[in-house]
Amino acid sequence: MLTGERRQGLALISPTLLYSLLMLAAPLIMVLTFSFWTQNYLELDTTLTLDNYREAWSKPIYSTLIFRSLKISLIVTLVTVVLAFPIAYYLSFHVKQRKALWLFLITVPFWTSYLLRVFLWKVILGYNGVLNTALKGLGIIEEPLTFLLYNANAVVLTLAHAWAPFAILPIFVALEKIDRSLLEAAEDLGDGPVRRFFRITLPLAMPGVVASTLIVLIPTVGDFITPKLVGGTDGLMIANMIQIQFGKANNAPLGAALALSSMLIVASISAVIFLLGKRFGGKVQ
Amino acid sequence: MTTPLPKPIIDLTGITKSFGTFQALKGINATINEGEFFSLLGPSGCGKTTLLRMIAGFESPTDGTIVIAGQDMAGVPANRRPTNMVFQSYAIFPHLSVADNVGYGLKTRKLPKAEIAREVDQALQMVDLGGLGSRAAHELSGGQRQRVALARALVMKPKVVLLDEPLSALDKKLRDQMQVELRQLQQRLGITFILVTHDQEEALTMSDRIAVMFDGRIAQLATPEELYRRPVDRRVASFIGVMNFLDARATGRMNGHLALDIPALGSIELPSAQVPEGLELRNLETIGIRPEMLTILFEGSEQTEHVARGEVTGTAYYGDMTYYSVRLPGHSEDVTISMRNTAGRSIVPPGSEVPVGWGADSIVLFQ
Ligand SMILES: Nc1ncnc2c1ncn2[C@@H]1O[C@H](COP(=O)(O)OP(=O)(O)OP(=O)(O)O)[C@@H](O)[C@H]1O
Ligand SMILES: [Mg+2]
Repeated sequence: MLTGERRQGLALISPTLLYSLLMLAAPLIMVLTFSFWTQNYLELDTTLTLDNYREAWSKPIYSTLIFRSLKISLIVTLVTVVLAFPIAYYLSFHVKQRKALWLFLITVPFWTSYLLRVFLWKVILGYNGVLNTALKGLGIIEEPLTFLLYNANAVVLTLAHAWAPFAILPIFVALEKIDRSLLEAAEDLGDGPVRRFFRITLPLAMPGVVASTLIVLIPTVGDFITPKLVGGTDGLMIANMIQIQFGKANNAPLGAALALSSMLIVASISAVIFLLGKRFGGKVQ
Repeated sequence: MTTPLPKPIIDLTGITKSFGTFQALKGINATINEGEFFSLLGPSGCGKTTLLRMIAGFESPTDGTIVIAGQDMAGVPANRRPTNMVFQSYAIFPHLSVADNVGYGLKTRKLPKAEIAREVDQALQMVDLGGLGSRAAHELSGGQRQRVALARALVMKPKVVLLDEPLSALDKKLRDQMQVELRQLQQRLGITFILVTHDQEEALTMSDRIAVMFDGRIAQLATPEELYRRPVDRRVASFIGVMNFLDARATGRMNGHLALDIPALGSIELPSAQVPEGLELRNLETIGIRPEMLTILFEGSEQTEHVARGEVTGTAYYGDMTYYSVRLPGHSEDVTISMRNTAGRSIVPPGSEVPVGWGADSIVLFQ
């Protein structure tokens, strides 16, 4: 039974709800359907089959790519969150005036397009790039370093830089929400700064840390621009392969199966992270 | 009397505290004794919390020394002081159960698990929360949170428990009950309690001694009875209970008596014992008299030393008491007189002329 008020509420949100369902669910259903079909050169065979999944889960190239994607994203996430935490902590606990200005400055990188920022890293890390020229000029190296660009390291660095603000903000919000008298109470009960951090600050900031982790992890697994531009062949990730299947290889069903498989894997990893965070954060209400 | 000499546990000497250009504390001197229930009482913003936080170690004095149990606390952080605090917001850790909250400090001390569990149980019993150990923090009522905060401090067996307006968030009934319980608990344990409050009734009913603070200074430090009967100045007098102020003039001293002319009541002579030391006679402009020290005389009432005449201008009925507003001749403001209601005595209606009885010993002089 719907009460009048609830019906009214539903009516109010239904246009938006419908719209977002359409925009979110429709592509998903399409991809899902595709993944059970088969591509025969120019036409699609619409008999349902699990062949695409069989191929996706058995061919070594795909599992290599998936593992590499996961590894890179997990490293990116770890680096980003670990670097973001002290920044958010400093902002929340030590900046007394003009917090808003600082937050604003953190978002400054968003003012340029993501592509530009990736290219910027190319300029910095390249064979004749800023870093190599500088090191050579200083006489520290004779030959330009080649391990800087076109590999997994470059992907990690670029992604970590790009996602830093997204990681800082949720942690900052979680830290801001901590009642400062809780920290005083912990100190009053005998805790030094370090113990207090691990017993009060970190558990209470956990929702923010988990949010940051997921915000960085989920999109980076599927990123294909960064690996393509700075990753070389060693740095290619699963999304690049999915793109190839939908494009040049003209095998959309296989691409769809790969996409759904990686989605499933990322979703399960996210769930594990979420549960771990909840466990460590205790029963925060 | 066989009371043992009080042993000081906290010594505050010349404490000042400045926040930028604002001076929150302007020279606090006080000694707090072992096993004492000590209250810091004063209006909002007078510096009570600041002083308490300094004793706890969350703020450091700009000047002056704090000695706790014989040790100078300069440079000693809050986690190494023999004090524990009950915060105004209670500061219950939201991610821990009640038992983990109470056992928090014991865990820091690295006591064995079984011992922690036993101590926590005992502490919870003590505050009447036995069996609630496994509750989550957010499942508690306001009164229960207050008890958890108290148990969490007491379980540490501190030398001094600091309480910052611990009852202000509770409703009146619960507050009255907690006042009694808190006082009983303190007396049973014999631990020094320092209570910050702006509620004079709370301070009067619970404390052994009270420091009344105004504007960063202690105006008077005394027992509740002394504070009520001999407030040092008008501010203290009007902050503690109700006080009638009447114009007065000293007309001279003779053979151990002070002659006073009080236009509203008449001329009297006070024994010098009642005159505070250092009182400058020419500064004497007002005297105080409490509402219950004035009585409206009924037929058959007990005789009083002096009688003045007044006119009832208003009444307020409180069940057990009636408060009368009475105009006295030669005094612009009405005085308040409180009378206990007794069977067979009706309330005097406004407009009636009444005899007002009073005694010289109830006159309060201010420095
Ligand atoms: N950190 C601070 N910075 C600046 N001023 C402060 C700070 N802490 C306290 N004050 C000021 O010092 C004065 C005393 O504050 P305090 O909190 O001790 O008052 P209080 O007596 O506890 O009042 P209340 O009954 O309202 O709690 C106030 O005027 C307050 O504004
Ligand atoms: Mg206060």
